[in-house]
Amino acid sequence: MRRRVAVTINGTSYEHEVEPRTLLVYYIREQAGLTGTHIGCDTSNCGACTVEIDGHTVKSCTMFAVQADGAQITTIEGLAKGSTLHPLQQAFWDEHGLQCGFCTPGMIMAAKQLLDRNPSPSEREIRLGLEGNLCRCTGYHNIVKAIQAAAKVMAPGAEAKAPASVS
Amino acid sequence: MIPAAFDYVVPRTLPEAVAELVKRGQEAKVLAGGHSLIPLMKLRLSTPSFLVDIGRISNLNYIREEDGHVAIGALATHHDIEFSDLLKKKLPLLSGAAAQIGDPQVRNRGTIGGAASHADPFGDFPACLLALDAELKVVGPKGERNIAARDFFVDTFTSALEPDEIVREIRIATPPTGSTGTYLKFSRRSQDWAIVAVAAQVTVSGHNVANVAIGLTGMGSRPLRASGVEQALRGKGAHDEDIRAAAERAAEGTDPPQDLNGSPDYRRHLAQVLTRRALEQITAHH
Repeated sequence: MRRRVAVTINGTSYEHEVEPRTLLVYYIREQAGLTGTHIGCDTSNCGACTVEIDGHTVKSCTMFAVQADGAQITTIEGLAKGSTLHPLQQAFWDEHGLQCGFCTPGMIMAAKQLLDRNPSPSEREIRLGLEGNLCRCTGYHNIVKAIQAAAKVMAPGAEAKAPASVS
Repeated sequence: MIPAAFDYVVPRTLPEAVAELVKRGQEAKVLAGGHSLIPLMKLRLSTPSFLVDIGRISNLNYIREEDGHVAIGALATHHDIEFSDLLKKKLPLLSGAAAQIGDPQVRNRGTIGGAASHADPFGDFPACLLALDAELKVVGPKGERNIAARDFFVDTFTSALEPDEIVREIRIATPPTGSTGTYLKFSRRSQDWAIVAVAAQVTVSGHNVANVAIGLTGMGSRPLRASGVEQALRGKGAHDEDIRAAAERAAEGTDPPQDLNGSPDYRRHLAQVLTRRALEQITAHH
């Protein structure tokens, strides 16, 4: 009944035996031990469990771990390079894009895909791109500002720009 | 929420998948993108003891034009359909509807074959496929058969598929020059299912409506065609007053449900308004 699942998460290989009914988010949190990915609503609505699989975001509460066998997965833990935050993480910090922080891992993963697909989105496009992610603090305003700020930093030719200072 | 335990197989070809379904009978379910099935399994509204995961079958994810038809593989995702240049050009009704399903993460996983097979009367693709007179190519133990969309959607969550059949491809005749479509969906919140939605495909020739097809979402236990509107407009002028008069007939012959989102009367009203707006939007370009 149990199945062997081998995945690469943030560049590290993992292999475990799981029941077919094991949801990917539980695999990531409990088997791989990466608890940055959150379980919010557990009903495919809130997006807190958003991870990237083979270049596409998914809600990992709505996928079985066995379906991800062989996949390349990126979670929030995979974005920073050593002690240097990903521009989106830095921008969420600078622009106060989080309040309680529970939705933040999913927000940033969704924002990453949004900017991968559309490097200079309008405010409306940002809000539509976050359609699958809920912030129950309702802190959307600064989340949008953070993504706008990150888009500027991530734009081609902008890499030399220093991050905004916090005073 | 953890689904009930099940066993799981990953066939590499469609015949293998069909053979598994034949072997397991009613206890088996087909898993494609899983974005209708997995939520139901987590709520234990669906408790199949066996899943046949067709997600790794190759050559089932394509969108191409051949022999005057657009052919869409069953595993094409909503995202693939939303961003397909071919569909944006030839079938904007379908790519536009895809962009309104769920949210970006859901669209990355959900498939058109799965959405059709699920036959949700509030799903967005069924009304589009009905309006486009799509044909569903289906494989089963006796081989392949084609089912017209008008025969495919039978009732709430019920399609014409036998338990051991799988949708392989969706085929739509390439619309002629001058034909275009739009999908207008009304819901209260983002991510929501439609309260009512209208799938409209219109062929304009000169100042006349050469052909028109209107599919309705959320107006009955399956997608419906607004045949009253179609009769009123086909071969007639596309003036504002013609469109207004025709759209009044959008709820004829429907049986809209009553639920927390709206009464049957409210849905009839929405069907009329959305039909008028869709027709105005399409004919404004001519």
